[in-house]
Amino acid sequence: MPLTRAATQAALRLGAVALAGSLLAACGSGASDSAADKPGGKVTLTVDLFGSFGYKEAGLYAEYEKLHPGVTIKQTDTEDEADYWKSLQTRLAGGGGLADVQGVEVGRIASVTQQQADRFEDLRKYGADGLKNQFAEAKWAAATGKNGEVLGLGTDVGPEAMCYRTDLLKQAGLPTDRDELAEKWSTWDGYLELGKQYKAKAPGKSAWLDSVGSLFSIMIGQEEERYYDASGALIWETNPALKTAWEASVEASGAGLSAKLDQWSPQWNQAFAAGSFATLPCPAWMLGYIKGQAGETGKGKWDVAALPGGAGNWGGSYLAVPKAAKNKKEAYELIKWLTAPEQQAKIFAKQGNFPSSTGAIAEVAGTTDPYFSGAPIGKIFGDAAKAAPVQVLGVHDQNINQQITNALSEVERKGLAPEKAWENAKKGVANTLG
Amino acid sequence: MTLTAPAKAVTAPRPPGLRRLWRAVSPYTYVAPFFTLFAAFGLFPLVYTAYVSLHRVELQDPGTMEWRGLGNYTALFGDEFFWTALRNTFTIGVLSTVPQLVMALALAHLLNHRLRGRTFLRTAMLLPYATSVAAATLVFAQLFGRDFGLFNYVLGLVGAGPVDWQSGTLSSQIAVSTIVVWRWTGYNALIYLAGMQSIPSELYEAAEMDGASRWRQFFHVTLPGLRPTILFTVVVSTIGATQLFGEPLLFEGSMSGGISHQYQTLGLYMYEQGWGFFHLGRAAAIAWVMFLLILVMVGANALVARRRSRKEAGR
Repeated sequence: MPLTRAATQAALRLGAVALAGSLLAACGSGASDSAADKPGGKVTLTVDLFGSFGYKEAGLYAEYEKLHPGVTIKQTDTEDEADYWKSLQTRLAGGGGLADVQGVEVGRIASVTQQQADRFEDLRKYGADGLKNQFAEAKWAAATGKNGEVLGLGTDVGPEAMCYRTDLLKQAGLPTDRDELAEKWSTWDGYLELGKQYKAKAPGKSAWLDSVGSLFSIMIGQEEERYYDASGALIWETNPALKTAWEASVEASGAGLSAKLDQWSPQWNQAFAAGSFATLPCPAWMLGYIKGQAGETGKGKWDVAALPGGAGNWGGSYLAVPKAAKNKKEAYELIKWLTAPEQQAKIFAKQGNFPSSTGAIAEVAGTTDPYFSGAPIGKIFGDAAKAAPVQVLGVHDQNINQQITNALSEVERKGLAPEKAWENAKKGVANTLG
Repeated sequence: MTLTAPAKAVTAPRPPGLRRLWRAVSPYTYVAPFFTLFAAFGLFPLVYTAYVSLHRVELQDPGTMEWRGLGNYTALFGDEFFWTALRNTFTIGVLSTVPQLVMALALAHLLNHRLRGRTFLRTAMLLPYATSVAAATLVFAQLFGRDFGLFNYVLGLVGAGPVDWQSGTLSSQIAVSTIVVWRWTGYNALIYLAGMQSIPSELYEAAEMDGASRWRQFFHVTLPGLRPTILFTVVVSTIGATQLFGEPLLFEGSMSGGISHQYQTLGLYMYEQGWGFFHLGRAAAIAWVMFLLILVMVGANALVARRRSRKEAGR
């Protein structure tokens, strides 16, 4: 038989999915309402997420099950958001296999509100209007559809900071105090300058930062307009802020400051434990990722300082209930509880995912983390969240970012001329948008 | 005739017209189950994919189809990523198929001799084939790692610099081909072995009497005897190479087949269009181009084979 059948299968699925989509769309909505929604009975709620939301780790499901006898929660989890989104889209198109609660990344929320508002429950039906004051305004607005539908409840936001390895910086003769560093790298130029000093005396084969792709992503997170302008027009090619981030990344690559490890690749994961880089631009949710990858041995070696060049936001998520879910009422009760201030505060203390609920932000202001040398993460990320710009979100944000960071990888890993890489990025984005 | 006689006695007498009809129809009912399944899971998706490929369809909203005619196909021919993928598919195909078949032939030749533990060796050869693509690829991806990979470690021992296997065009294609070669060499070797054992031993005895060496026996007895088997493996490997998908997808876990699309195959490009960018129409067009490509290649293979055998018959 042929080497791999996967390709043929994918081809066959094309037809099948498209067909299933048109067939099931007609009957999907009617059938699901009658199937469940029994009050007081035994319910199994399914929750499908990506990355690390940390609910299970923080024991929140167990707590909820105790508060609501008869409810059992089952969670499935995909590490890579791109894979998760792909599979969610396939299931939404087919109308089957959807969980009661689905996570949505902020880079995709515009796609939900603009293209798929009819596939998700309008949570106003269950009284979500009343929750509006609990959340940061921008977080709430981004999940609101054209006709005022509330399509998801905010979980975390991604205020940005800079994580660094105190042991490596010390060996290179650089300051390790977070306030001193924050002052030295108050601008991105200062950060790159410090990087050059680090490189001159770098211990072992370690580099200043993990990849220029992550430098680009964190810098673009400081901007209000990134790939689209407020009117929804595509502006990334001419956006001067984006060009600045691009050029800083190219400079970092040229100066040899990067470990050339593409984010989320297996090599990148291995490098946490090996200590291949001294600094890592980190949105709040990265703290949990660092803990997971660097493990117990990394405890106390890491620290967090304010980000060069001001505050920014990268990522954050929502919980939504698909129209085709079986237990919509119960699902809403669950996400309402999970996104309530008390629970968001617990998640932050445990995982580092920064709350989007205003009440929780006030509550966690004093949090410190022993893993990160006792850094006042509540204050650092809280300040960043307050000062971060309200970003314009577009349907293809995630894909465009992917194409640009790919092109930057070509610059740092293959030594491609930056102009050529920029052309490649343009071609890649054009191909993505089709 | 004797077989049908008792059956006739048991069945109730039927009017001759109906019987004739039954006799005409019954063979079709016997083959119907296969063809029903084939129509549902083979033919229909094929035709429907062709239909989809003539439209603009997005996964977010597959119900809305906008007629594009041959637009998806013409766009494909002007699409440099498509040509890159086609070229990659070809070069990876050659890089994986040729060493794989040559090594399989050599292995089969060795195992055709009396060896201690022959059965064990034959079974062991099939083990890579029994391993899942995902598991094998993930392990190989580690071995080919730039900073902590085994291959670079070994290269370092002999003083060669670390290779960034993933980012170079040739290096990444060699790495992907290695996985394919590892998985499929044993399988092909077993097929060759079966073919070799069907070559009559008299031929070898005669050759030996004429004083032919082992090598001459291999070239003048084994290879000609294996020709149909070799043709089969070439066709199967070619089809497999055209559809190569799992290995390049999982090598770095990127749908784009590396940062510069340097090892993106056609199958992977189709997947990226359909499930990365959600352009189902364009993905369907790629699927059809792949299908036609395979038909053409298999047809060419068959033509060459037929011409050869006709030439031989005429000799």
